[in-house]
Amino acid sequence: MCNQAVGLIAGEFEKRGISTVCIVLLREVAKRVRPPRSLFVPFPHGYPLGAPNDAPLQRQVIERALALLEDPGPPPLLAEL
Amino acid sequence: MATMDELPLRLRAFLRVYPWRSLNPVPWTRMPKSIADGNLSIVSTAGLTEKDQPAFDRWVQGGDFSFRTISSDVDVRNLVDSHRSESFDHSGIHADPNLAFPLDRLRELEREGRIGRINRRHWSFMGSITAPGRLVARTAPEAAQQAVDDGVDAALLVPA
Repeated sequence: MCNQAVGLIAGEFEKRGISTVCIVLLREVAKRVRPPRSLFVPFPHGYPLGAPNDAPLQRQVIERALALLEDPGPPPLLAEL
Repeated sequence: MATMDELPLRLRAFLRVYPWRSLNPVPWTRMPKSIADGNLSIVSTAGLTEKDQPAFDRWVQGGDFSFRTISSDVDVRNLVDSHRSESFDHSGIHADPNLAFPLDRLRELEREGRIGRINRRHWSFMGSITAPGRLVARTAPEAAQQAVDDGVDAALLVPA
């Protein structure tokens, strides 16, 4: 449900002129909801950026996600970590 | 890796027939500038609040569709988890809220000049919303408008 919510919120931000990128934990949900830019991460529910107190891993996820903001498209983009 | 299979049986049965919402057409705003010049914000659906904010309401039918704004000068360690879901392990987020609300990581990126700046506030929802009509019609647009008013260029959305 969290994965659907981020996609739907992203849609409202994009409609108003703000670029978005979603971290997603469930590829199936991203495929159905179709947020404009998604980074699928291979982590369990509750661990969207990988591991607690692991700044390098969290950074890796964020930087990969932010890089999608500069991808020319077309949407929906679904990348993997 | 997270898959539907690791969820409780009852929830899996529910999700199998759940009518997922789909964005069609997919809205798309091209990033107007480089990330190194942009104003970034976080949108989290991990049900986090600041200490003095009301918790998310686990009893709202269809899911609490409200949101809290989280100030950029908050100490991430003081964020409170009020997410109602029992279908994920909350212990990682309790140990380090950056796991779902990576403000400290954005601060590092800002210091290093990798992102332009961090917006003055961020948006926090609780993602267990099975009936997202009010989210889509009311609160998500309201949060988005606040972000427009702040001059946000891009948002990083993080589920739990």
